[in-house]
Amino acid sequence: MDLQIALLLGQDGITNGAIYALLALALVLVFAVTRVIFIPQGEFVAFGALTLASLQAGKLPGTLWLLLGLGAAVALVEVASALRDRHTRRIPAILLLNCVLPLILAGLLFVLSPANLPLALQVVLSLVLVVPLGPMIYRLAFQPIAEASVLVLLIVAVAVHVTLVGLGLLFSFTFGETLLQGQTILVVASSAVLIVALYFFFERTIHGKALRATAMNRTGARLMGISASMAGKQCFTLAALIGAFSGVLIAPITTIYYDSGFLIGLKGFVGAIVGGLASYPVAAAGAMLVGLLESYASFWASAFKEVIVFTLIIPVLLWRSLKTHHVDEEE
Amino acid sequence: MSALHEHAIHGDRPVVLEVRDLAVSYGKVEALHGIDLRIHRGEIVTVIGPNGAGKTTLLSALMGLLPARGDIVYLGEPQGPERSVESLVRHGMTLVPEKRELFGEMSVEDNLLLGAFDRYRGGHRDHLETMDQVFEIFPRLQERREQLAGTLSGGERQMLAMGRALMAKPRLLMLDEPSLGLAPLIIREIFRIVAELRKTGVAVLLVEQNARAALQVADYGYVLETGEISIEGPSATLASDPRVIESYLGLGGRH
Repeated sequence: MDLQIALLLGQDGITNGAIYALLALALVLVFAVTRVIFIPQGEFVAFGALTLASLQAGKLPGTLWLLLGLGAAVALVEVASALRDRHTRRIPAILLLNCVLPLILAGLLFVLSPANLPLALQVVLSLVLVVPLGPMIYRLAFQPIAEASVLVLLIVAVAVHVTLVGLGLLFSFTFGETLLQGQTILVVASSAVLIVALYFFFERTIHGKALRATAMNRTGARLMGISASMAGKQCFTLAALIGAFSGVLIAPITTIYYDSGFLIGLKGFVGAIVGGLASYPVAAAGAMLVGLLESYASFWASAFKEVIVFTLIIPVLLWRSLKTHHVDEEE
Repeated sequence: MSALHEHAIHGDRPVVLEVRDLAVSYGKVEALHGIDLRIHRGEIVTVIGPNGAGKTTLLSALMGLLPARGDIVYLGEPQGPERSVESLVRHGMTLVPEKRELFGEMSVEDNLLLGAFDRYRGGHRDHLETMDQVFEIFPRLQERREQLAGTLSGGERQMLAMGRALMAKPRLLMLDEPSLGLAPLIIREIFRIVAELRKTGVAVLLVEQNARAALQVADYGYVLETGEISIEGPSATLASDPRVIESYLGLGGRH
């Protein structure tokens, strides 16, 4: 390998690593706040990329049907619970948010021909279609069992993953690479901007601090009026945004299939594990390491590329279990 | 108690919280039953009693953390089964729990800020002024404002927990064992502050094992024993009640 190849591989690794870092951050966030190990994180990547591809191809994206369906299901559940608590005043807002807005979006997609819109608008439309799926999935799958054990939450997360991949197959088509000049720089720069934005959200805004507070001390947060379900919805929204945004970013440089998200998400997960599902900077660094490792592995032993990446988890887990002592929660 | 007697003690101050025949069960075990309790505006009411009598359970039930049976009327509104911690916080009920439940890896300032979270979300933007008021009450917190809550001493933690609760501008402040694990000097300081809160019009429900200190500061007291209220009355009356002296005040000793 000469220097040029090494540099090219490094560039490739950093590009992928930036995406894995974003996903690792989302995984750490979701786990810290809701204790859910969010296996379906990668699906948002695939949905984001495929939605953008559909819009560009002038087809109606399958995620629209998913949004309408999940929206209707959420509305049903919410209206039932509002009726039970006799909070009938809430019903119009529930219907507006979960049924009317998605229908308006559907109408827009029929009226406008998205294929002719500028790229920026297509990207925004893709995000608007995919991001609401995050809180909807939280409401349907995780909020009812928010107090369950980590294992139960994990099993439900796997079920959600399988369901979403299955649904992804319904509106599947692959989206080939259309090598864009400078896309790799765009990926790294956008990821960096998003990470900085997330940092400001968590360090400087009261809503971000409220999410961190929930992760630190659930009871304390509840006593401040920060409800667990609100925090859950917010962090699933962020996770979906990060996923869909990553999908849109890598769409032009990677071939995305309906089930590509899983592998991408899993590599973010390896990064998150390096940080013990707790530390944001270590998770991001771990994810960069995964990206670089993957890139060099694909040069030397391309057949074993995934094996090498996922084997990384074994020494990491060994190191973590030897190094970390079990500490009880504060006080 | 006669209406006349009632008036003599509480004046015309409105009732903040009224509880009738409250019962709480853990599974089949009844932890509290037949609890009647009343707190007026600007009044300090204490619930004293031994360990395991159900004092913390009582506060958790009032705060909506535990399901309870019976009638709870808060600010004139009967509380239905759909009452939640969040809705009670919104209406100015706050609890400073026995374990303080601070956000250990956040600064003192951020802990206080989150105390005003619900007001902030409700559109109020007066959290900085409120924080100045809290700093006036607890100057120690201002000195420590950048420090992480997890590194504070026991007394400072209690101050921060109370300050954080005051950030919500509560109408009813419930304190669970604020003296627990603190040095006598700090306990005196905390109780002095509790007594001063009376002036702000907030109603305080103070749950304590330290009966002597609690009865000194409170206007009215209840003795909770094995899940029931056994004795109640104005603090001065309670403090001279032979049963209370025998069980909780001792001969000058601290319980």
